[in-house]
Amino acid sequence: MDHIPILSIVLFAPLVGMAILLCIPSSNARAIKWWANIASFIGFLISLPLVFNFDHTRDYQFVERADWIPTLGAHYHLGIDGLGLLLVMLTTLLGFISILSSWNAINTRLKEYYSFFLLLQTAMLGVFMSLDFLLFFVFWESVLVPMYFIIAIWGGPRRSYAAIKFMIYTLIGSVLMLLGILTLYFMHYSQFQVYSFEIADLMRTQLSSNVQWWVFWAFFVGFAVKVPMFPFHTWLPDAHVEAPTAGSVILASVLLKMGTYGFLRFSVPLLPDAAKNPTVITIVSLLSIIGIIYGALASLMQKDWKKLVAYSSVSHLGFCTLGIFALNPAGISGSIIQQINHGISTGMLFLVVGIVYERRHTREISEYGGLLKIMPIFTLVFGIAALSSMGMPPLNGFIGEIAILQGAYQMSINWAFWGCVGIALGAAYLLWLFQRTMLGDVKEKNTLLKDLSWREIAVFAPLVVWAFWIGLNPQPYFRILERPVAQIVERVHPGYYAERHLPNPLEQAPTASLR
Amino acid sequence: MQLWLIPILPLAGFVINGLVGRRFSRGLVSAIAIGSVVLSFAWVLKAIFGLGDLNSRYVEHYYTWIASGSVNIGVDFAVDRLTVVMLLVVTGIGLLIHIYSIGYMAHEGGYYRFFAYMNLFMFFMLVLVLASNFLLLFVGWEGVGLCSYLLIGFYFDKQFATNAGNKAFIVNRIGDFGFSLAMFLIFKNFGSLDFTKVFQHAPGASEAMLTTIGLLLLVGACGKSAQLPLYVWLPDAMAGPTPVSALIHAATMVTAGVYMVARSWPIFIHAPSAMNVVATVGIATAFFAATIGLVQNDIKKVFAYSTVSQLGYMFVGVGCGAFSAGIWHLMTHAFFKALLFLGAGSVIHALSGEQDLRNMGGLRKKIRWTFLTMMCAAVAIAGVPPFSGFYSKDAILLAAHEHAPWMYWVGVVTAGMTAFYVFRAMFLAFFGEYRGKEHPHESPPVMLAPLAILAVLSLVGGFLFNIPAFLSGVFPAREAVEDSSLMLISVGAGAIGILLAWFVYVAKPAMADSLASGFGWIYKTLYNKYFVDEIYDAAVVDPLVSGSRTVLWKGVDAGLIDGSVNGVGARAQDVGSLLRLLQSGNVRSYATWVLFGSVVAIVAMALAGIGSTGGLR
Repeated sequence: MDHIPILSIVLFAPLVGMAILLCIPSSNARAIKWWANIASFIGFLISLPLVFNFDHTRDYQFVERADWIPTLGAHYHLGIDGLGLLLVMLTTLLGFISILSSWNAINTRLKEYYSFFLLLQTAMLGVFMSLDFLLFFVFWESVLVPMYFIIAIWGGPRRSYAAIKFMIYTLIGSVLMLLGILTLYFMHYSQFQVYSFEIADLMRTQLSSNVQWWVFWAFFVGFAVKVPMFPFHTWLPDAHVEAPTAGSVILASVLLKMGTYGFLRFSVPLLPDAAKNPTVITIVSLLSIIGIIYGALASLMQKDWKKLVAYSSVSHLGFCTLGIFALNPAGISGSIIQQINHGISTGMLFLVVGIVYERRHTREISEYGGLLKIMPIFTLVFGIAALSSMGMPPLNGFIGEIAILQGAYQMSINWAFWGCVGIALGAAYLLWLFQRTMLGDVKEKNTLLKDLSWREIAVFAPLVVWAFWIGLNPQPYFRILERPVAQIVERVHPGYYAERHLPNPLEQAPTASLR
Repeated sequence: MQLWLIPILPLAGFVINGLVGRRFSRGLVSAIAIGSVVLSFAWVLKAIFGLGDLNSRYVEHYYTWIASGSVNIGVDFAVDRLTVVMLLVVTGIGLLIHIYSIGYMAHEGGYYRFFAYMNLFMFFMLVLVLASNFLLLFVGWEGVGLCSYLLIGFYFDKQFATNAGNKAFIVNRIGDFGFSLAMFLIFKNFGSLDFTKVFQHAPGASEAMLTTIGLLLLVGACGKSAQLPLYVWLPDAMAGPTPVSALIHAATMVTAGVYMVARSWPIFIHAPSAMNVVATVGIATAFFAATIGLVQNDIKKVFAYSTVSQLGYMFVGVGCGAFSAGIWHLMTHAFFKALLFLGAGSVIHALSGEQDLRNMGGLRKKIRWTFLTMMCAAVAIAGVPPFSGFYSKDAILLAAHEHAPWMYWVGVVTAGMTAFYVFRAMFLAFFGEYRGKEHPHESPPVMLAPLAILAVLSLVGGFLFNIPAFLSGVFPAREAVEDSSLMLISVGAGAIGILLAWFVYVAKPAMADSLASGFGWIYKTLYNKYFVDEIYDAAVVDPLVSGSRTVLWKGVDAGLIDGSVNGVGARAQDVGSLLRLLQSGNVRSYATWVLFGSVVAIVAMALAGIGSTGGLR
């Protein structure tokens, strides 16, 4: 495997797929659909070797490095560790699933639609693979373009408002983030007299806690908007409601993870003093907890099915950020697993909304009811998605929540307390949604709805399997996360493992290096 | 010993019936469902006989579930004598109720769904009792809650049924909240969730810590076992089919809290004040629920409040340190309460769905077998010696007297009320003149056979299964107290209750109404269950619902945040429309933003450059 630039292949496969797609005449809708599905499926298949060849005893793997803009010290530098691997796999799978789910939903401007999705795929993968900050930023920004168009062209009635809102929020965040990156970049230059955007290089820079503090908040806005954390979240419900189903799925399952990924990859390891600053921790944890409770309460009130799911994302991502800023192994690994879980369960919930929307063209919860009688398979799938989302054992959500709360508990009993409140509320809004849509009497208008087709079952099946897998046997996930999590924890609290007489994952393996 | 087979068999039944049961005949569905429970029961017996006297725990490790940092949690099952009692109750009673359900559900839709859920319940309940660490127990704990939700809402087109399901689930979640916090606390203090390790280290921990853990565990137990103040879901849970009420909401699931407290005795025994709270909650619940049970007219509601009350007794038992007495009552209660519910189901079945006691009467001649078997349960629950309830209740009351005499006296009064409300129901249903319209018909043998077996168990289960002796090695030893005068008092209270019921409802039937009007406001308060549901709604549910709509979502989100953002957005659009004059289309605004970003970036570079070279640091 050493000679094959596998990350580049995975990264650019969707782009190649898009190039070929552009050669298909627009009149041939069938061919376009088939090719887009095949291309994204191949994209998933070729990412599988990453899993089989991954060595959990080493840090960054499949590393590729080449000069990019030598004068700026920017490199084309790719590599993944356990965190990157999980998010890359989430992206390739969800990318395929969202394209597969669009088969009947999208009927206009197919070529552009699928092209944007494939482009988006490459951009997202780039975010999770880049080990160079400038490269990362380029991918980070290029995610916006296709997503903007997906919402603005194929969205609902208020699509342009939602798309612009999405754009403005994220751009403002990005600008501040860029400020932070450049500060680090010049700090590094002033200390080493070498220009470099390499994350590994930037990590060596000595930063006063004052600088760390400011850079941290600059990054924070960029990432918190993406997550989104309260109070930067209001773009999310609008974007979700207006986006086409597949757009919502990708947005929730993958795009939001870019924010939490940013915290884990940059904010905390690059700025450890700021990250463990008590004020920072207080503010971030407070916002996370507000997000958890607030998102849950807002979900409780929604009359629009999709908006409900969107607000539930706010609540779930609150758990993820809470776990990260617990700054201990349980919290961080729980947070990462919960990010994957959220990708699975919320992805499913959005797909569920898409299924009924395709059939009825309304998302009003009150328009539904009694679907259990009409669409039993669909109800089962929705039930599993809801249970997974509310953290019911032995499904995946439970593992993530319990690990996060355990980590949170070590920081403060208050964190765990409010987290538990959020879990109780989570059950409430999901059960109530389930009751109002699936149970009760069948409405006249719904009597002729068709149950899931084989294609739709194929859309859900991998996610259901994944949900059970993580729930029943999360051990492989914890294992590949051991090292990346230990890297972060040791960076913030050097000697964390030794102090607590825990085996340090970083010392158990053969020497590993970043380069 | 392959303990995993015990829960896996019902799970297999669930998977088969759940996936393809729709296409099966009813016979095949019941064969799969009941067959799986029979096999599971058989495997329990085989395991028990194969494992010898089981004086120490027998543990099987299957695989590591979660290992990260200091966390190491395995999927492990364990058996000791306490587990044996639970396994036998769950699979034994579960089997009888499954068989009964063939007859009860014969005319209902969703037959395969019903049995699939029941099997799934058996799976989770068995995981709960076999689990060898807190987290795995919690899996079973949550799972049985889920099945309870599914089965309460079995008639899913009925609004009240699905509401009751939601209520059960959410109230249980509130309890789980305490359980989760307790687990985190346990983990923090003992570095493990494994029963063996935790209980080994428990004596070394501080009393304050153990008390906190114990109280948090109690919150969880109060949710699952329907104790004050979280009991409100159980009476509503009667919306489910009656076999569900018997299995889940009387015999097994609701006793999980008692089991959990008994299982955690090494924690509680070192936290006397937590134990005292357990006992106090128990006795308060026992009394409180019994008073409500006195006046209910729905036969299932009477027994539901009776279950809450009897669970209270079990809490008194374990709270007073008489763990084995609590477990004993758990078992005998499983016999007679399952029988009462199944009998009630048989009555309801006979009357084609009628549940109101006021529309029954005189049924003893019409459905003789149901009457006779239910009578066995009635004397057992009323504590008439030498039937099963007498033994276990007496053991609990003796322990209560030792713990605090006032608890004993409250318990005695409750025992009198218990006898009264059960016999009130019996007399209203089976004596006097028939007041209904339906034509009663006796239930089929497939329903009567389980009734008969349970009737025998209710009668002789007390002295046949001497649980305190059997569990003497599990729990800390207690000095045996024999006090025949205390026993006589409680038996006397039961007798008074029965006689009073006879007097009011059989000898002078007109008296009931005059009593009700004579004690007008008391009767109204009791009949309306102290208005607890209404109070909860007004104090918690409504503020939450309307508050989050008006204040949070509409106010904060739409008003505050979006208002300010839209202000910015509007300005941005102004800028954008200006720029649009230069650009060719709206979508290009992205480019302008990048431009804008670059400008900011250059400024930043300059500033940072100054910062790094200049004297800012």
